[in-house]
Formats: sequence, C-alpha cells, structure tokens
Amino acid sequence: MSLDHTTVSKIAHLARIAITAPEAEQMSVALGRILELVDRMQQVDTTGVAPMAHPLHMTQPLRADQVTETDLREVAQAIAPAAESGLYLVPRVVE
Amino acid sequence: MHQHSLAQLSAMLASAELSSVALTQHYLDRIAALDPALNSYVTVTPDIALTQAAAADARRARGEATPLTGLPIAYKDIFCTQAVRTSCGSRMLDNFIAPYNATVVQRLADAGAVMLGKTNMDEFAMGSSNETSFYGPVRNPWDRERVPGGSSGGSAAAMAARMCAATLGTDTGGSIRQPASLTGITGLKPTYGRISRYGMIAFASSLDQAGPMTQSAEDAALMLNVMAGFDPKDSTSVDQPVPDYTASLHQSLKGVRIGLPAEYFEAGLDAGVRASVEAAIDFYRQQGAEIRDISLPNTNLAVATYYVVAPAECSSNLSRFDGVRFGHRCANPVDLEDLYKRSRAEGFGDEVKRRILTGTYVLSAGYYDAYYVKAQQLRHLISDDFARAFEQVDVIMGPTTPTTAFRLGEKADDPIAMYLSDVYTVACNMAGLPGISIPVEPVQGLPVGLQLIGNYFDEARLLNIAHLYQQQTHWHQQMPAGI
Repeated sequence: MSLDHTTVSKIAHLARIAITAPEAEQMSVALGRILELVDRMQQVDTTGVAPMAHPLHMTQPLRADQVTETDLREVAQAIAPAAESGLYLVPRVVE
Repeated sequence: MHQHSLAQLSAMLASAELSSVALTQHYLDRIAALDPALNSYVTVTPDIALTQAAAADARRARGEATPLTGLPIAYKDIFCTQAVRTSCGSRMLDNFIAPYNATVVQRLADAGAVMLGKTNMDEFAMGSSNETSFYGPVRNPWDRERVPGGSSGGSAAAMAARMCAATLGTDTGGSIRQPASLTGITGLKPTYGRISRYGMIAFASSLDQAGPMTQSAEDAALMLNVMAGFDPKDSTSVDQPVPDYTASLHQSLKGVRIGLPAEYFEAGLDAGVRASVEAAIDFYRQQGAEIRDISLPNTNLAVATYYVVAPAECSSNLSRFDGVRFGHRCANPVDLEDLYKRSRAEGFGDEVKRRILTGTYVLSAGYYDAYYVKAQQLRHLISDDFARAFEQVDVIMGPTTPTTAFRLGEKADDPIAMYLSDVYTVACNMAGLPGISIPVEPVQGLPVGLQLIGNYFDEARLLNIAHLYQQQTHWHQQMPAGI
C-alpha cells in the first residue's frame, strides 16, 4: 500500500496542515510504510465481529441539565493569540 | 534522603524527622545539579514548590496531614496545571498557560503534595523514546547515550535519578510501562476509567489513562489511593468504590494463578531480557504461585490495530489546535485557512503530523470501513483473548519491552521500528486492562521490566503481587551510578 503525494496533499488539506511538495513526497513514503504495517489487519476474517469503540463496553452516563460552569471568558481569552471585546480575532472571513 | 521511597519519606515527615521544606529544597538542588545533563524537566517550579512545602508543614503541625502531605512530586507536562505552562512537549503549546488544574493535579494538591515541576515527554505523548519532544530528547540516567523510553520519558528519568519522590505519566500504548521498564522504576497503568482524564491533554481518548510512576509498588498504591475515583467532569471515569490499595499489599501468593502468554516469549525477545523475566517468574513459582501457559493469539495484530485506532482518535482530538483560541499562531495569516494550516504546520513536529495524517486518511471517505471499522473489530478480538485468559488465570506476566533501552537516534528515523517496540504493551490499552511494570534483574547494567496485566479494576492484586517481589528483591532500590 503506497500513497502518492497528490493523495498526501489532499489529506494534509483535510487536516489543515500546510505541506510543501518535498514534504509531501517524504510523507508519502512514511505513510506508505505505516499503511503497510496496518495492512496486516487484513489477514484476519472479521465477518460478524462487532466493532469495539469503548474498552469497558459502557455507555456514557448523562448528567443533569444544569449550569455548573462559571463564566471563564476572561481567563480563557487571556491566553488567546488575539482577542478583543470578548471576541477571538481571526483574518476577515466576510467582506 | 532521595534514596528513600515515597512511603519511607511519608513516615519520616510524619515523625517530624524531616520537614517538607527541607525535603523539597533537597529535590530542587538535585534537579539543578543533575537535570542539565538529563533534560527530564521542561519546567521547574521552585517558588510554587517551596510555598506548597511550607503550607504542608503548617498543615502537618495542625494535625491535618494525609500520607502525601509535603511529598515532592512531578507531573508529566500533559497535565494542565493552573498558572504554569503546560506544553505537552510541543511548540504548539510552548506559550500555553493552563487556566485550570487537571483533576488528578487538584486531587494531589488537595492531599498536600508538592509540585516540583513539569516533566519532558514525546510531543503530545506520541513516541516511545522521548525524542519527538520540542524540548529535546531526555537521556536515560543509566546510560546517557540511551533513551529513557516514552512517551513519559521525562517522568521516568526524573524518577530513576531520584529527582522527585514520585511522578505521574500517561499511557496510551505503553507510555508509562515502557519507560518504567527502560529506567528501572515501577509504572502502573490503571484500568481505563479508573482515573479522571479531565485536564489531561487528549491523544487517543478511548486508550489514554494516567498513572503513577514510582520507586515501588507500595508507593504506587499510595499515589493511586488519591488519584483514583469518579469525576463528574470526565464522563468516562468509572463510578466504582476506590479500595485502600495499601491494605492488600501483603496478601499471600499461595494459589495465585499466573499466565504466561506464549506470544510474549517468541522471536524478537532479547535473550537477556527473557532470562531476567523468567528468573522473576521463578521467584513467583517458589512463592507458591501456579504458573500456566496461555495464549493471546491476536497479539501480533495489536500494533497494526493500534496504529489505526490511535491516529484516528488523535486526528480528531488535535483538530482543536487551530491557532485561534490558544497555542501557537503563525505570523501574518492572509486568510482563515492560511491561519489554520500554517499554525498547525509550524506548531506540530514530524511524528505528530504523521499520526494526524494517518488518522485523517483512515477516517476519510472510502477508507473508513477498510481501516477504522476493521481495527475496531480486531480490537474486539484482542479484548476477547484477554477475557478468555482471565477465565484461567488471575494475572498475566511477561516482559514489558522486547529489549533494554536503545541508543538515542537508533530508531528516530524509522517510525515502524519504533512502533514495533510497543508490541507487549499496546494490547493492554486496546482492552482497557490495568498493567504494571516492575524492575527485575538488569542486563549489562541496563534495567529490565516485568509486566503484569490484571483483570479490570484489579489494581490491588497487581500491586500486591508486585509488592511481594519487591519485599524480597532490591532491583527497585538500585540507582544509576553517579546519581
């Protein structure tokens, strides 16, 4: 199993990670080897085996629908790269 | 005084033979003297430590001390610590000051434990050698040209060099047990859900679990007593009573059934490691345990399965690091997409990118069933292997790692070789079972770990079985030369 660098560039876009052409080339080799390892899984017939998502086969408990958090906006925004008037700033998205 | 165990230091504080301030200062002096050569701490917090130590001494004077009051410990830099940088070993969080404490940090602080600082780790806990850290590799105190293991490599090295009385790690595929094995300390990965994951930066949420890294099993029991328990802030933490793990340490081994999985002793296991592990198993045989051969037939698929499940969950978890609300942001983004892409490209290192991209790929349209669903099915088979084994035995034993510590750089350029070094530890996480690594006889001066895997919530039994070995051997007390 190998991945061409076009596929790698497409995945990098989906993951929102900037990647140069030489990096994509290198990454395609590394990912190809990982997928080779992972392909060992195909040796086993898993027809009818239920997928296991949680190690204890438990369902998530629900909590009461009550407000428990206090307002931490100022604390949280104190560590933001750019915040103003209680808002996070990013490059303009709407003209 | 650093040669003493956590339990011994606790007794010394209780008898007023020692103050927490003096003990804390002693560890701070050791860190200043030894750590420049080892790089096990990312951040040392002397002011916080000495303030907490003074408060601990005052609390003890009021007669309100707990067994951990005044004991200096270190946190892997994956646990959020209020007002102290929490980097997770990444440039992405180099400037991140956590706005709150992780639940385990808060529980230990409430018990009066003293924070010495935050320990180095593989970036976002992805690695088995501590070489992927943004802050540089950690060196193994037993041989500074070798790795301490990972991802909790800083915690392991700090404990092995006695630069803390106890420390915390996290284990997603072996990240507590493997470095514990390579540095000659005791490392416990509890059952999934035994300890709250709140405030522990997520890597693979269905596998991650925090645990203590200590000199002895008795010390691990003391730590687990405080760390374990339900937390309403983590819906995957389990609401089950927490026993006093120190109460059952001395139970007899008579009639305990120990299973040796054939697959953990096959080709690939170093002959010296095998001999050490077998000698430890002989000890248990002589103590009256019943040794049985068992099989975990899907062991050879555990690494492959893990490298689908863990990257898939990581690609989802790490999408939160986008340069908008906290962490690294690139300079002069031209638009929002550029901001996301360059912040993440600059903030993440190579191994983290490999895992995010692997995860994105296996979850993408057209591949989801072939990879992700397939891996979840295999996870079921791996888990069933253990369920069958625990019908016949009480505990499973084998090596923690196939070899002793490898050299720095030896596997750094070969991710697959690095991944395969986790062959004996990942299955335990896939099933969610508790496991512990304890030091047995070293090979050519390098530590070797014996792994014990228990049934769900059977940490007390694991600690008991480990403790009895440590009562009659001294491997866990050995310290590296020059330390």
